[in-house]
Amino acid sequence: MSTVASERSETQVVSPCAHCGLPVPPGMVDASAPEQFCCSGCRVVRRTIESCGLGRYYGMKTDGFAQPARPTGRAYAEMDDRAFLDRHAPLVAPGLRSTELILEGVHCSACVWLLEKLPRVLAGVVEARLDLRRATLRVTWDETALPLSKVARTLDGFGYRPHAGRDPEARAARQHEDRRMLVRIGVAGAGAGNVMLLAFALYGGHFHGMQGEYARLFRWTSLAIALVVLLWPGGLFFRGAWAALRTRSAHLDLPIAIALAAGMVAGTLNTILDRGDIYFDSLTGLVFLLLVGRYVQRRIERRASDAVEWLFSLTPRVARLCEGDHIREVPPETLRPDHVVEVRPGDSFPADGVVCDGQSSVNLAFITGESRPLTVREGDAVFAAATNLGRVLKVRITTTGRATRVGKLLTLVEECGRRKAPIVQLADRMAGWFTVAAMGLFVVTLCTWLLVDAAHAVDHAITLLIVSCPCGLGLATPLAVSVALGRAARSHILVKGGEVLERLGRRSTSAPVLFLDKTGTLTEDNLTVVAWHQDPKAAHLGLRAWVAELETQSAHPIAQAFAAEAEGKMAAELLASHDTGIEGRVDGHGLLVGSRRFVCQRVQHVPAWAEAMRQTFSAQGQTPVWIAVDGNVSALAGVGGRVRPDAQQTISAFQRRGLRVEILSGDDPAAVLAVGATLGLSPEHCHGGLGPEDKVRAVEAARRDGPVVMVGDGVNDAAALSAASVGVAVHGGAEASLVAADVYLGRPGLSGLVDLFGGATRTLKVIRRCLAVSLGYNVVAATLALTGIVNALQAAILMPLASFTVLAMALWMPTFRNHQEPSCP
Amino acid sequence: MSVIYLLIPLASALGIGAVWAFVRATRAGQFDDLETPAHRILHDDDGEP
Repeated sequence: MSTVASERSETQVVSPCAHCGLPVPPGMVDASAPEQFCCSGCRVVRRTIESCGLGRYYGMKTDGFAQPARPTGRAYAEMDDRAFLDRHAPLVAPGLRSTELILEGVHCSACVWLLEKLPRVLAGVVEARLDLRRATLRVTWDETALPLSKVARTLDGFGYRPHAGRDPEARAARQHEDRRMLVRIGVAGAGAGNVMLLAFALYGGHFHGMQGEYARLFRWTSLAIALVVLLWPGGLFFRGAWAALRTRSAHLDLPIAIALAAGMVAGTLNTILDRGDIYFDSLTGLVFLLLVGRYVQRRIERRASDAVEWLFSLTPRVARLCEGDHIREVPPETLRPDHVVEVRPGDSFPADGVVCDGQSSVNLAFITGESRPLTVREGDAVFAAATNLGRVLKVRITTTGRATRVGKLLTLVEECGRRKAPIVQLADRMAGWFTVAAMGLFVVTLCTWLLVDAAHAVDHAITLLIVSCPCGLGLATPLAVSVALGRAARSHILVKGGEVLERLGRRSTSAPVLFLDKTGTLTEDNLTVVAWHQDPKAAHLGLRAWVAELETQSAHPIAQAFAAEAEGKMAAELLASHDTGIEGRVDGHGLLVGSRRFVCQRVQHVPAWAEAMRQTFSAQGQTPVWIAVDGNVSALAGVGGRVRPDAQQTISAFQRRGLRVEILSGDDPAAVLAVGATLGLSPEHCHGGLGPEDKVRAVEAARRDGPVVMVGDGVNDAAALSAASVGVAVHGGAEASLVAADVYLGRPGLSGLVDLFGGATRTLKVIRRCLAVSLGYNVVAATLALTGIVNALQAAILMPLASFTVLAMALWMPTFRNHQEPSCP
Repeated sequence: MSVIYLLIPLASALGIGAVWAFVRATRAGQFDDLETPAHRILHDDDGEP
């Protein structure tokens, strides 16, 4: 296929599409037109943009990432719903509402220009501001002048499909917290800088002499600034330390708060008594650096959760409610039992219900793990989150929201999440020891010096407390973690928090267990022809290509598996299409393709080999498809989910690492065993027919012995993902699994899993080394302080040196590899 | 040297002013998005009335 395509593109002059810039396929070239388009979507979008007088957009577009536009032409009526507006678009002024819309297809600065011209195109839109990184457009509009759906339709017409954000309250809270942190950093930075300036003057005076009154002025000014810094931005550490004390848990804030408080008290006393050292420059600098470290880590973690949220918002949150003959788009929350909704092919069901009109097949893979599509007709039950594959269905709603099967699963997910005990992170564990050691040394120093030289005893003891402040520690972990998370995100592994890396990378006594889901995780989502058996007597016929050609004319999901192989070289004539099979004519031969019943009713004789093959295919969890040529059964195909090409390699990599790899699947046990056998797993490690609760039980049983990593994609895996030490959702997973998982693999396949483990191990190694360096520094400095060799000035110079060493280590040491490089030697 | 008694309060007042401005700007959301303004500035000189 690919060679054919490349030959074509070499022989023809390729003109770029006038909207997206991608090469125009030869079939679409219209020699008479001045502009060429790769698809009708791009044509429509270019017309729309030009008719709005915004044609300049094409002049400023830069090359790079581009994709064909696909305006959906949806009505977006759900966005005019009262409840929707009140939740997502609060009033900002009388009559003016403001909302954030997440857009697909935003990529460059020309998009910024085009989208922010919205007020010119639509009268009534007051302002449109795009956030390029988050692909979010903030629109403020006059609700008396136009409805939000009009804005959404215009954006859709421009080729940017708009979506409403999921959780506006949480987003607002996060934004507020981010701003507060930034304010803290700003205040701490300004304070630290000014105290530093004053300290320079004081140190200068220390060596060259300074009149007492000026020194006092400088010291008092430093005190004033340092008080502000410690109480306002630095209050964060005191609150953290207080919380740690109250819950009797170890936290890094505790030793930091002790050092800050000791330094502050000593500095204040020395200022008032006008003697000894003040420590304000070190203290304010410390607060600033530690805050920066935390902010950086939080921003990186936020990026992962933003990316996941972006993925969520791409699934349309709309139900098509039938009111008589009329269909209205409404938010799914407003559905009630006995409402009738229409579900189009490719859409998922908004609630549990019963089919009241139509016949189709339904993909339940996300809910049960069942890999074969289920045929439904009138009277059959369908479930929320299942996907309609075949034709339009009308469904009478029975239960909605929390009461649906998926809703109950989500409750289970939350329960499992609550039961999961948080781990004490390495830095916090060390902090506990640190506090004890520092306090012990403090007492020892104080007592020793009281005996030797009582006048300087307190000074030395305080210096000890300050140099033993674990600032390297406090800086090392957030920096190493944020660098690692940033690199992971670049190779499309989204990790939701630093502690996940610790759970994965920590050395433990017992080997971790890796549980893998089958459908959608080990196997591919869409069905493919995995087995093919042709009668030797018909071996001369190019049967498989014929079937592929014929099946391109059917929309059935099993037909799609064959159609994917079609090359479009011959003509196939479709004679009749039924629910369980089709009849056609290719190359002068009559062809029957379909289920056993469909084909066997139409042939005289059913051969024994076919019956045997059918049983073999069924035992392997494949759907047998019968093929008859001119009234004789000539071939049998097994259709199923193909095992991902990198699954074998991934599993062996983990087995070499000493992990126990097992399959937990909701699919038929025979199918699970068959997949396990191809991957070299022993039968007792392949568990099939498990419900979501069974998966949770298996995970929790294994957790008693050691860490458990669960990898899955469906709603039925979500609870197990949340119960495991680390849950990993794979590319294309269901929304619930994304919420429950700690890690999301953003590229198809399982190879990311190997990178994730390797990266986590290396990150922990970096953290440990940073900790060792910073501890080593602290030990040396504490010894010097204990013996009275260093004073506050020298401690103030040593301190940043340690921080910079740690910073450099965190930045340069390898953690996650770029995924273009081979991941295994 | 006694001018320092004037200079330090003056410098502090300036510093406080700057911090106040920063805090206000942050709370108004000016630092929420650090990427898009870099693009926006390139094409604001459009023939607006």
